[in-house]
This record gives sequence, C-alpha cells and structure tokens, in this order.
Amino acid sequence: MTTASELLDIALIIAFVSLAFAQIMCMVRLVIGPSSGDRILALDTMVINALGLVVLLGIHQGVRIYFEVSLLIAMLGFVSTVALARFLLRGDIIE
Amino acid sequence: MTLHIIATYASAAFLLIGAAFALVAVLGLLKFNDSMARLHAPTKVGTIGIGSLLVASMIQSFNTGNPSLHEVLIMAFLFVTAPISANFIAKVNIHQRSCDTPPAPKTDKAWSVLNTSAEDKALSETTDTAS
Repeated sequence: MTTASELLDIALIIAFVSLAFAQIMCMVRLVIGPSSGDRILALDTMVINALGLVVLLGIHQGVRIYFEVSLLIAMLGFVSTVALARFLLRGDIIE
Repeated sequence: MTLHIIATYASAAFLLIGAAFALVAVLGLLKFNDSMARLHAPTKVGTIGIGSLLVASMIQSFNTGNPSLHEVLIMAFLFVTAPISANFIAKVNIHQRSCDTPPAPKTDKAWSVLNTSAEDKALSETTDTAS
C-alpha cells in the first residue's frame, strides 16, 4: 500500500509541475503570438490548463467542492473564447 | 494486490498520461510555425489530457470512499465545446489571413478553392462554348 500511495504522490507532483510549465509556456505564446488568433488560442489553452490544475488540487486534498469550480471554469472559458473570436470576426459580440 | 492498490496504480498512470499530453500540447503550441498548425495541437490534445486527469480524479474518489461520477459532466462539456472553439479560432485565422497559403499538391494541378484563377476561368468558358 505504501508504494502505491507514494507512486500516486509522485505522479501528482509530476502532473502539477508539468501543468505549471505548460501555463508558463502558454504565457510565452500569448506574449509573442504574431496574430490575434494565436493569442486567443493561448488563452483558451491556459483556461484548460487551469481547469486541470483545479482538478489536481481536488485529487490532492480530497475535497468535492473543486468539481463546481472546474465546471464553472470550463463554461466561462468556452464563452470567453467564443466572445473573443466573434468580436474579431464581426466587430461586435451581440448584434 | 487488492483492488485499492490496483485503483491507486491506475490513478497514478492516468495522472502521468494527462501530464504528458499537456506537455505535448504546449510543445506543439510553441514549436509549430503556422497559425493553423498551432491550432491543431492544444485543442485536441488538451482535452484528452484533461479527460485522463478527470478519469484519475474519478478513480481516486471511488478509492477514497465517497464515489462520484460528476466529472463525466465536465468531460462531456469539454468534448462538445472544444471543436466549436477550434472552429471559431480557425475562422478568425482565415478572416485575418494569418495562415499561409496551402502547399503545392503533388499530383494535381491546383487545390479546389473558391476564387478561381484567370486561366481556369478562361478554360471553363471555352469548354462551355464548345459544349
């Protein structure tokens, strides 16, 4: 039992570190992105990675409340991506 | 080797798969040199990574004693909305012409595109008059 839980702890640490690294690299693409489509894509990926970080926090602490947080982050991320893309496409969000 | 140990190993494996997919997605986002190519990496691979993280969370919730299947909701929502947002970002790329022209095809003469070139238009007019 101890080796299995130790492996789970190591996997949690690896997942935390790789998701944080992914966030930083998405921030790099957000800053240097040549077109605004790349910037929207980087923001979308950052939202998805933040959702993954919240899910990992829920596994780490064993608390059920993080489920609602991640569902809200998913919905807000989708709506904000569509709103940004629509603003660039049509010049207006709600016509 | 009880069921608890197997579930813990499976949860750790799904966590590692999710972390690897997140790294691959961000590698594609950084290294590709075209906007459309950059679009392909994170929108597909990111959802698979998050899906395996959610599967690990479900297994772990069953393992620790308060089972829940609520993560299926997030997974379904992500799998539905990821192609829609990818389609919108691709529309933005086409609208701003930030993607390169497609590479030359190997065998055919040209890609079938909406705006036909002048010689193609002349050719179609001659065939129309001939027929």
